[in-house]
Amino acid sequence: MERKVVFAKPEALTDAPTHYCPGCTHGVVHRLIAEVIDKLGIREITIGIAPVGCAVLAYNYFNLDVAEAAHGRAPAMATGLKRVQPDKVVFTYQGDGDLAAIGTAEIVHAASRGENITTIFINNAVYGMTGGQMAPTTLPGQVTTSTPFGRDVKIAGYPLRVAELIATTSGAAYVVRRMVTKPATIASAKKAIKLAFQAQRAELGFSLVEILSSCPTNWGLNPREALEWVEENMAAYYPLGDYKVIDEVKSLK
Amino acid sequence: MAKGTILIDEDRCKGCELCTTVCPFGLVHIANHFNAKGYRPSTLVDPEGKCTGCTLCARICPDVAITVYREGV
Repeated sequence: MERKVVFAKPEALTDAPTHYCPGCTHGVVHRLIAEVIDKLGIREITIGIAPVGCAVLAYNYFNLDVAEAAHGRAPAMATGLKRVQPDKVVFTYQGDGDLAAIGTAEIVHAASRGENITTIFINNAVYGMTGGQMAPTTLPGQVTTSTPFGRDVKIAGYPLRVAELIATTSGAAYVVRRMVTKPATIASAKKAIKLAFQAQRAELGFSLVEILSSCPTNWGLNPREALEWVEENMAAYYPLGDYKVIDEVKSLK
Repeated sequence: MAKGTILIDEDRCKGCELCTTVCPFGLVHIANHFNAKGYRPSTLVDPEGKCTGCTLCARICPDVAITVYREGV
């Protein structure tokens, strides 16, 4: 009996092995984006913008044109690239330190201006690359290297809910939150990423997919426990859902 | 039931064990040897040919280390 390949590395990923820690879901999200790019047949016209943070080396892993932005400035760079090359598909790939701390102004204004770009936002509630310090998205009470007794909201304030925030901007067309903890949720995240890219292709405005991710190393959990922690703790504070889907995007489905 | 199999690129695998948690038949295990990176890679143990090529292990793999094959698709 002849056997056929039913699952393999997408063309939009290079052969380079990633530097991510074992069990880190950055790799899963990279693959989902690459699969969507392959599926839509847009690899030759897509430009990615890599962030500063763990995903700073994303340009080594995506088999397409990828630019590297200054910390937090990916949406500004994407704005420029998209405005001079409106026929290209431009996406930013940003973590919570990049997008929700130093880059909060850029993302809010890019969404508010209704820039026709797509942002994939990785929320893992911690600064991964720098050693597990508190991020704006760190949960109340969560222990990090800079909050050894847990995040005290009286001192450090409350975590930022980015999808809800961006959904309030008039320029946003598609804003949703997903997670990548098991095959079913991964499939749902992939659908959302696809719709976000389709919204951009249909010139409907700004699209953002927030993805709850794990950081086993900095959380001090094994990869399986880390995914359970996402489902039990992160999804409780950051509910999954569709926060803004304009009618034109709904009709793309 | 469809028949399938998987091929694990051992040197891409980081031994995170996530694939072992999703196989409906519990066919994916962690090997007793080390790969070039120093991780114990996952491996398919399927003497009875139970693998259906459902792709769940590959879909949760963060390192795209698994290629899935199915017979007579």
